[in-house]
Amino acid sequence: MYAYDELDRTLINERVSEFRDQVKRRLSGELTEDEFKMLRLQNGVYLQLHAYMFRVAIPYGTLSSRQLRALARVARRYDRGYGHFTTRQNIQYNWIKLSELPDALADLAEVGIHAMQTSGNNMRNVTSDQWAGVAPGEVEDPRIWSEILRQHTTLHPEFSFLPRKFKIAITASEHDRAAIKVHDIGLRLHKNADGETGFEVLVGGGLGRTPFIAKTIKPFVHGRDILSYVEAILRVYNQYGRRDNIYKARIKILVHELGIEKFAKEVDEEWKQMGHSALTLDHSVIEEVRSRFSYPVYEKLPHMPDELKQAAHDPLFERWRKNSVAPHKVQGYSIVTLSLKPVGGPPGDATADQMDAVADLADKYSFGEIRVGHEQNLVLPHVAKRDLPQLWKALDRIGLATPNVNLVTDIIACPGLDYCSLANARSIPIAQELTRRFANHDTAEMIGRLHINISGCINACGHHHVGHIGILGVEKNGEEFYQITIGGRADENAQMGALIGPAVPYAEVADVIEDIVEAYLALRDRPEELFVDTVKRLGVEPFKERVYATR
Amino acid sequence: MTSPLQQKIKITGPSMVTANRTSDGIVIYRTAQQGWSASLSDAAIVRTSDEARALLNEANADDVVAVGAYIAPVELKDGGEIKPGNLRERIRSKGLTIDLLPA
Ligand code: HEM
Ligand code: SF4
Repeated sequence: MYAYDELDRTLINERVSEFRDQVKRRLSGELTEDEFKMLRLQNGVYLQLHAYMFRVAIPYGTLSSRQLRALARVARRYDRGYGHFTTRQNIQYNWIKLSELPDALADLAEVGIHAMQTSGNNMRNVTSDQWAGVAPGEVEDPRIWSEILRQHTTLHPEFSFLPRKFKIAITASEHDRAAIKVHDIGLRLHKNADGETGFEVLVGGGLGRTPFIAKTIKPFVHGRDILSYVEAILRVYNQYGRRDNIYKARIKILVHELGIEKFAKEVDEEWKQMGHSALTLDHSVIEEVRSRFSYPVYEKLPHMPDELKQAAHDPLFERWRKNSVAPHKVQGYSIVTLSLKPVGGPPGDATADQMDAVADLADKYSFGEIRVGHEQNLVLPHVAKRDLPQLWKALDRIGLATPNVNLVTDIIACPGLDYCSLANARSIPIAQELTRRFANHDTAEMIGRLHINISGCINACGHHHVGHIGILGVEKNGEEFYQITIGGRADENAQMGALIGPAVPYAEVADVIEDIVEAYLALRDRPEELFVDTVKRLGVEPFKERVYATR
Repeated sequence: MTSPLQQKIKITGPSMVTANRTSDGIVIYRTAQQGWSASLSDAAIVRTSDEARALLNEANADDVVAVGAYIAPVELKDGGEIKPGNLRERIRSKGLTIDLLPA
């Protein structure tokens, strides 16, 4: 957990009273919408189809039980009793009244949560691995660096009016759970040959209209130099980024147009000129931030407690454990993923009651800590293995023990046309139908790891480009159609999916996905070959044939 | 369903002007009495691009009550009933097409 300092608390409280005043002036007509729009966006407030949408940051995906209860309270008091966890470690509320927003912000401020920089052309929430600090084999806790970057960039004038929004993600594990290659800057913590800790810096990744996989700009930047190096990148971006054209304004376009070598050279020159010493991080600063993260005092526990041995006889428990429970760096503990993807439910939604119940379970079984991952699931990061059977029963009672993590029904989906004013087509009902089609757990298990990602328009909030199967809503003559891609992935081998053919109408999407999955089952050379690997081996053709031969 | 922000003012059939209410964001429709209503059946119907532009200008002038006004198509049924003219407007007037909670 991270303890915010006085500065943060003052800042957050000031922002709330400032916004309260701005809302009052908007409602009285003193401010026009044109004047107010920027101000509300700076506080995470968008206007959607049915209402205002309120986006709240969950820095590096870490929440205390107290904070989660505050999120639940906002859902209950000011919204319709639920919230939507997004792919960027935020939560969105869909039905907030502008007149009540200042109160909601004030409630959140009490627990150190805010909505700053969750929209607008600034540095967005710096995201990280949801297993940070507990994953075995991690170089060190990447959140320390997320926090250093967060502090440095929050309300920093140079980063508040960028050509476009800017997103950074950090990982410290071999396996990338933070999707760093589809961010404006991706940082991978590792050690160099001398055993020093630093970052591989990647730049220019992104999804949306023009997707790019980030490229490595520098294989190793020492930890103490990371602020100055990131700042050098941002300065080059600020100078050359296309402010004239919103579709070309992201850094990925600049990197693409200049080429990574030229871009890297510009950054290096800037870095040299800055005489990067001013931003060099003092050891004491890093340690000060590190000291604000508290870690549980773990017990010495057996690797295989009796409770777990006994529970292993229950096949229902076993199938949940197999998909939801991952090894922890400390013996006797586990990392537990809570699926927010029930059969027939909207992906990533949780009710206020569920949030409260998870907060209670976190207190009981996970040292009061909860994480939020980019796959729109929750995580209890420190569960003693002996408690797993009890936890499973408790989760099952609140509908959070669906044993489908990483399986075909663990779908990422954006809000789509049910909520979003930019959408071409609906996302959620497509996801719901797919979860019903693949509801049979044995089938899902046989299919194995398969990520379906759905976006309702080209902005790609649902990460469709990097889904093993990607589904993108488009519009044709006023009807909803969907383009389908296969072979994408978001991990350390990130890649964009390839289009399989013409878009298909709403009513056929689930059939087409079933066809693709059946084709895979027939084509894989052994049960362990994952869907993405079969696509990699065989290309799009056999799938295309299967889907379009009869259509 | 192209975002209305990108639309030029040129209508091809009966249309209305819709927006969201500033205070709570709910969907509202411009009425013929220079006001707003939460019910589509109260919407003023325009049939020419000039009428549409005039209604939109009038709506935009009322920046305090409403936000983000734009023109959207409607279908007129025989008995005079007004129906939303596309899926986006159907969703805005009828609400989500999904159940909120797992089945
Ligand atoms: C409902 C209101 C939302 C609006 C108005 C919105 C708007 C946008 C826009 C305009 C872009 C494209 C930016 C660009 O390419 O420069 C974008 C990208 C993105 N949004 Fe959203 N979004 C919304 C909801 C969400 C949700 C619910 C999620 C998570 C599930 C999300 C996560 C993302 C991500 C990950 C990207 C693409 C990555 C990238 O920036 O390259 N957004 N969004
Ligand atoms: S992908 Fe498009 S439809 Fe989906 S949330 Fe983003 S902007 Fe809206």
